[in-house]
This record gives sequence, C-alpha cells and structure tokens, in this order.
Amino acid sequence: MLSVKNLSVQFPTDDGMVAALNGMDLQLHRGETVGLVGESGSGKSVTSQAIMGLFKETRAKISGEITFEGTDLLALSEDRMRTFRGKKIGMIFQDPLSAMHPFYTVGSQIAEAYRVHNKVSRKAAKQVAIDMLARVGIPDPKKRVDNYPHEFSGGMRQRAMIAMALVCEPELLIADEPTTALDVTVQAQILDLISELQAETNSAVIFVTHDLGVVAQLCQRVVVMYGGQCVEQASVREIFTAPSHPYTRGLMASMPHLSGEDDRLTPIPGSPPALLDLPSGCIFADRCEFAALVPDNRCQNERPQLLVTGEHAARCHGHEMSLLPKTIKVGA
Amino acid sequence: MIGFLFRRLGAMLILLLVVSFITFTLFQFGPADPAAASCGQECTPERVEQARIALGLDKPFFVQYLAFLSGLVGPRMLGAPGAEQVCAWPCLGKSFQTNENVTDMIANALPYTVSLTVGAVVLWTVVGVGMGLFAALRKGKLADRLIVGAASFGVSLPIPVTGLVLLLVFVGTLGWLPFTTNAIRSPFGEAGFFGWTTNYLLAWIALAVLFSAQYVRITRNNMIETFSEDFMRTARAKGLSRGTIVFKHGVRAGITPIVTMLGLDLGAMLGGAVLTEQIFSVPGLGFTAVRAATSGDLPVTMAITMLAAFFIILFNVIVDVSYAFIDPRVRVN
Repeated sequence: MLSVKNLSVQFPTDDGMVAALNGMDLQLHRGETVGLVGESGSGKSVTSQAIMGLFKETRAKISGEITFEGTDLLALSEDRMRTFRGKKIGMIFQDPLSAMHPFYTVGSQIAEAYRVHNKVSRKAAKQVAIDMLARVGIPDPKKRVDNYPHEFSGGMRQRAMIAMALVCEPELLIADEPTTALDVTVQAQILDLISELQAETNSAVIFVTHDLGVVAQLCQRVVVMYGGQCVEQASVREIFTAPSHPYTRGLMASMPHLSGEDDRLTPIPGSPPALLDLPSGCIFADRCEFAALVPDNRCQNERPQLLVTGEHAARCHGHEMSLLPKTIKVGA
Repeated sequence: MIGFLFRRLGAMLILLLVVSFITFTLFQFGPADPAAASCGQECTPERVEQARIALGLDKPFFVQYLAFLSGLVGPRMLGAPGAEQVCAWPCLGKSFQTNENVTDMIANALPYTVSLTVGAVVLWTVVGVGMGLFAALRKGKLADRLIVGAASFGVSLPIPVTGLVLLLVFVGTLGWLPFTTNAIRSPFGEAGFFGWTTNYLLAWIALAVLFSAQYVRITRNNMIETFSEDFMRTARAKGLSRGTIVFKHGVRAGITPIVTMLGLDLGAMLGGAVLTEQIFSVPGLGFTAVRAATSGDLPVTMAITMLAAFFIILFNVIVDVSYAFIDPRVRVN
C-alpha cells in the first residue's frame, strides 16, 4: 500500500545542504507493522514526516517517490495532500504534551480532527470524541472530554493523541517514537493499545523507534536506517537472528542482555555521519569493522545498492560479495 | 477569580497611596514656589504670604498631605481662612495657577487623551500585529525582510520627527488635513466620526509608526516561535486548512505576549502622551501635566500622576485577568 523509493530530503542551511535522507526505501503492506529503527539523526522522523507531506511548502528539497495506494504523494499539492492527512494517514508524535494544543480541550482537538474530514455537527463530533476516548481506554470519557491536555497524565495524553490520530480510521498510522517520553509501565500499555487498535481496524503501522525491544514486541518487519538510508530490512526474526549489515550487527551487539555475564555494553565505534558532507562511498564505511575485508577500497569509493534476497534486503558490499563472517546468534 | 480581583484591587489602592506620597514628597524639594507664582508680577512679600496661607502651603507637610487625601474620601474645604469654599468629592484641590477645580480640569482633558489613545491603539495594533504575522508567515522572504527593515526604521523615529514631518506635509504643503482643533473631543460631538478621525489622524499615525514597529517585531518573533511548536505540526498532520492552522492554532497560542504589551501600552498612553499632545496641540492629560509641572502647580501634577498610575495599574490587572481567558492553564488556580 505504501512504497517509498529512493527518497532524498535535503534542508538548506547557512552551512550548506544537510542531506537528511539519501535514497530511502521502504515498503509497507496492508495491516502490517514495520519498525523503523536507527540512531538519532538517521532520518527516521524525516521519513515519516515526508510521508505525511509535512515538507510541502518548506524550503526542503525532495526527490524520489512516495506512492500510497497508487497515488504519488510527492506530486500532490498541499491542498490535495490535506485530504490524506488525518483521514488516510494518521500520525502520533513523541511528546503528547507539546504535540497537543495547550489552549483547547482534548475533546475539541479530537472532534476537530474528525470534523475536517467528515461533515457532521459539533455535537455529533463531540460524541465521536467521547466514543474514541472510551476506545483508547480513558476512564470517564464523558467528563474527560472537556479536560485540557495539562489536566491529563502523560500516558492518558498519549492515549488521547492516539484517539486523535485514529478518529478518522486511517489506513496507515505513523507512530513517531510514541513511547519515548513515557514511563516504562505506561509504555507497555500504549504498545498494547496500538496493537489492539491495529487489530481492530486492520491499518498498517510504521513504528519509528530506537528501542529494539519495542520492535521485537510489536513489529513483523524491521527497516534499519543509517545516514538517511535503509541499510537493511527483514522480518523481525531475521533481523534478530541473522543480521546482514555490519551496522545492524553492531546494533544487536550494543543491546544489553539480561543473561549476560559481561556487564559492559559493546558500542559501535565512531560517530554518526556528518549529514553536511557525506562520503561518496558507503556511509557506514568509516565505522565498519569489515570494510577492510572488501577489496579495492570499494567501501570507500562506491555507494552500495540495496540487495534484495527474498524478504531480506541489505546495503553492503561485504554482504553482497559474501565476505562477512557468518553471524553469531545474538540475544536469547 | 473574585478573590483574586479583590486582592488586586487592594494592592492597587496601596500602590496609588505610595505613588501619591512620593509625588507629594518630591514636590517639596522642587524649585518652584507656587505662592510666588500664583500672585503674579507685582507682588509684595505680604501678598506672597497671604497666597501661601490661602493655598494651605503654610501648614506642615503631613497636614497638607492628609488634607489632600481627605479630598479623595469626601468633600473638603479650600481657600483662605474665613473665605473657605466647599470642594465636592472627589476633590483633587484647585489649580495654584488658574484656581480651577482640578477634578473639572481632568474631566476636561481626559476626552482628548482618550481620543488620541483609542485611535492610535487601534491603528498600531492592526498594522503592527497584521504586518508582524504576515512577516512571520513569509519568514526569510523578501516581504519579511522589507517589513523587518521598515520596523527597525520606524522604531528609531522619535515622535517629534514623525509628528512634525506629517504636519508639514499633510497640513502644510498638501493641505489635505486641518490642523488639530480643541473643538473636537469625541466622535459623538457635532463633527461626527469623520471630523473626529480627520482631526486626530496625523497624531494617530505619528504614534502608530513608533508603536507598530515594536508590535511588528514582537508579533513576528512570537509567531515564528509558535509556528515551530509541535502542536502546529499536529494541526497540519490532522489535515486542517492553512487558515485554521495559522489563526485557530497559531495566533491563539502566540497572542499572549502581544496582549500583555498592548495592555501596558494602553495604560501608559491613557496617562497622557506628553510629546504627541505637545506637537499636535492636543490639550489632553499629557499637555496639562507638562504645564502644571513646569509652573509648580501641585494639585494638577498630583492628580495627573495619580491618574496615570491608576491607568497603568488598572490595565495590569486587566492583562492578568485576560490571561485566564486566553490560557486555560492559568485558570486552574
């Protein structure tokens, strides 16, 4: 239903163009949950905002392709894009307190989201908001509908945010780190809520996170991002048991183990790429412990392609030429 | 809310008392001798002494101050012993200079200042906030740069300069507008709304140039900040129209500092716009205050100072109350 191909997003700054996305690829099927993982600055949020069309009428330069149900979203005008936002594609943001308007009641904000796309009276929309609050598990929704966001707890706010994003029953939900700002116990509740609602509505979900534990719990497929590219995508099982890309291997190795005797985590050496001045070769090459195994300095000189083998895809010369050591099982 | 208002009103009274005491005290150290000034050119020491007694200036400082305060509570007696006259409540005394009742003088001058303030405030709010919002929406583009440039220019134009240039061009050279007349005090008089507008228009513009420039800056900066807030992204992600996003979500959230500034400016303006009233010969509070202060006219100076303080404090309270209407987070307590 959603296909992102070779998507590039660049932001002009005083220091030059910042290349936030450099040929991002992403495929999503109906009813599927895909985890979009990567470290800060890898382009997860930029990808989701580009799908929402939030860079239209900004100075960002976009190229590539975003197709949603056969419609080329990049070609749409801001006005046509509005008919998709909220209605066909919903979005949940990281910090529900700042993502909700402080001066309007929770109910009116949910009702507003419904009324943009449905011709109903204020009263009917409020009833929809009450029903929606009940659906996301807010106790006493009739009373709570008239509360302001600051009168809600963090977890309730995120529930309300989910209600707002899902009130028009979009076919695609983009959840941009929806649990990062929440307590761990509340995180689990929110994750349960999202998967419950997804099961009810059969919508597809892009779950943006840097928490691999959340991915394992919620997603069927994982897209690993690095330097504004998809470096690897595979089913959750494959990613955890047989990661191909050296960066994904590094991510797995840097995860804490409950059973491990060794208390120290294994970090990936080096730091994320400077998006102002990307290398012409593989973006991960200067941090990659296997780059030396590839002959002719290919990793330094040539940008690898995303090699698709069945359901598993990776962007790595070493993997393509089968030069990488076999993956050791990680985790338990 | 009621309790809050009562507390604020109490604080307001205390503040006014302090202001009056300070003004009264400062006056004692001033160089002016009201008694000598009031008895005119050919004055003998005996007549100065008589005037001093008639004005009550022979009495000790605290007695004078308490006598002044008593006029705020009820009627008081004024004049030389044996020839006292009743001064009805609220009595602010009589002018040392003209022997007019100060309350009447204030009542006379206030409509001019209100006329000046109302028009100028409307003009600068519409122009300043409108252009500031427009600039914020066009951030970094040519229109934005032009507006910001114009605002930096406007904010550095002093009223005497703009005022005199406007008068010279529109009254003098072009003759499009009449020179300001004392005859028009309000839009409800004989001259009607049109006459009132043309009479005060140049003064409004002179004030608006200066104030709009400040409002452009504060509005632009605030709106740019507001537009980058997370909830603005949410509004867009809901599929709302541009107008709804900008006004219902953006302006509503970014308006608070503008309301604050507007309230404080309104309060200050109502106390009299000294320079503008001088240049456009508007006999309002500012005009009267300058004349009173330079001639040692204590009752008039006291009255206008206290009135100005009253307006400033009053609008501070109004601003505080308006917060509760704008921002529900303030309402909780």
